[in-house]
Amino acid sequence: MARGAGGEQVSTTDITRAEYCVAACADIFTGSGEIMASPMAPTPLIGARLARLTTEPDLLITDGEALILADTPAVGQSGAAEGWMPFRKVFDVIGGGRRHVVMGANQIDRFGNQNLSAFGPLQQPTRQMFGLRGAPGNTLGHPTSYWVARHSTRVFVETVDIVCGVGFDKVDGSNPAFDSLNIHRVVTNLGVFDFDGPGHTMRARSLHPGVTADEVAENTGFPVAGLEAAPVTETPTDEQLRIIRDVLDPKATRNREVKS
Amino acid sequence: MGFRDKTSSLDDVVAELRDGMTIGIGGWGSRRKPMALVRAIARSDVKDLTVVTYGGPDLGLLCAAGKVRRAYYGFVSLDSAPFYDPWFAKARTSGAIESREMDEGMVKCGLQAAAARLPFMPIRAGLGSAAFDFWQGELKTVQSPYPDADGRTQTLVAMPALTLDAAFVHLDVADAHGNAAYTGIDPYFDGLYLAAAQRRYLEVDRIVSTEELMAEAPNERLLLNRMDVDRVVSAPNGAHFTFAGAYRRDESFQRFYAESAGDEQSWAAFRTRFLDVDEATYQEEVIRWHAEQEENK
Repeated sequence: MARGAGGEQVSTTDITRAEYCVAACADIFTGSGEIMASPMAPTPLIGARLARLTTEPDLLITDGEALILADTPAVGQSGAAEGWMPFRKVFDVIGGGRRHVVMGANQIDRFGNQNLSAFGPLQQPTRQMFGLRGAPGNTLGHPTSYWVARHSTRVFVETVDIVCGVGFDKVDGSNPAFDSLNIHRVVTNLGVFDFDGPGHTMRARSLHPGVTADEVAENTGFPVAGLEAAPVTETPTDEQLRIIRDVLDPKATRNREVKS
Repeated sequence: MGFRDKTSSLDDVVAELRDGMTIGIGGWGSRRKPMALVRAIARSDVKDLTVVTYGGPDLGLLCAAGKVRRAYYGFVSLDSAPFYDPWFAKARTSGAIESREMDEGMVKCGLQAAAARLPFMPIRAGLGSAAFDFWQGELKTVQSPYPDADGRTQTLVAMPALTLDAAFVHLDVADAHGNAAYTGIDPYFDGLYLAAAQRRYLEVDRIVSTEELMAEAPNERLLLNRMDVDRVVSAPNGAHFTFAGAYRRDESFQRFYAESAGDEQSWAAFRTRFLDVDEATYQEEVIRWHAEQEENK
């Protein structure tokens, strides 16, 4: 995890699970540079803004509507703008690839296929959600990460019902149109994951303090690579904690997504 | 010599609709939807529609009225809790409609192809995804005649033109001839919908003179000109309960819409009061409903 210029560490017992998740979401953007960060839920939103206030000052962020923000305001707040990003231009950005989206997921499988469309048969689902949304274009266009607030076997499944976000097993290596597929991270309430396991399968990068390998295994519908060897998620720095608590999320909305 | 006056009533528009039409509906989710036109279509006799949309309560209300046979969409969202439109969900889980679900960018791409009178346009979005399964063989790929530098060749989605029989959009202000401007933060894809359609219907909160339009709207906001529009319908607050330039989304009424879908009795009451009535009565009843909510607080 990227460390800011903070001083000494505070006691790790004071740090909540939600704060580990926010810092892990900030780390999604480490090294991103001057691209658009598009977080789709409060925890990754706080994370993206944390990254911008620490190691990634050149990130572009929006108000979730059509304005690019010059300021880095608290969650739920707006601020001075620096530009215009209506939906039609978002598709241009996706085409150009200068974006990293953090989507939610109703289902994710071991190769990173994601579903937020519906459960059940395509033409007569048992439960309707949003539809494919921008997930197919996002995953083919630019780096994509996922945020899962409740890591469970309902989310991490053997096979997703409907492939919205494209997984690594769908890649045709002879077709350059798949070259940009990059499912960078999955951050959950239990840990941080990527797809650098054997054959681009889900691998544990770290587990949050207090989380055991057994707990992750029990809550995942497929084997997770590197689970036993996964280290503990790095502790947020004092500066990160100050920014999370005092600047970006003083009302602690993060605790509504992730219970301690 | 004056230009053609295209001012029309909702009834004029409905009279031109035919069963089985493919219609495009502008706006986005629960944002600047041509809801007055949608309500007029919902209470008309027209049926078996194919709807192309960035879906919101527009698609929901048409599903509730049993008007939709097939839907082409990138998503369906109310944009605020409960997010999933209940009537679209019912139509889907009951198998009442056929879905041509796709990536959001594919909708824009298909409308662009139609607007340029091209049979398709290539796009990456959709490769490897369930879009191909949703389209049941109707979605194909195209191979580039130009290899990449490394000798490999790109195969892309050949997004077919989303050619429309009719398109419906809501803008904030227009003149009687079809010149029109949006005042909100986003033009969405309304210009593309009209460009992809044979018959082009515009509803607006205000109709003003051309001089007034030009005086009030910065040039960049003049999204539509006369070539884009066949009929102009005056529909003050017509995008209600979605967001438009001059007014916010009516969140409490949208929640009431979604809750009313919960059982037959509450939906019958909603339909009788807000849908089986003309637009003027709808707008009066919405004001009355809000007054009741205040009294009951």
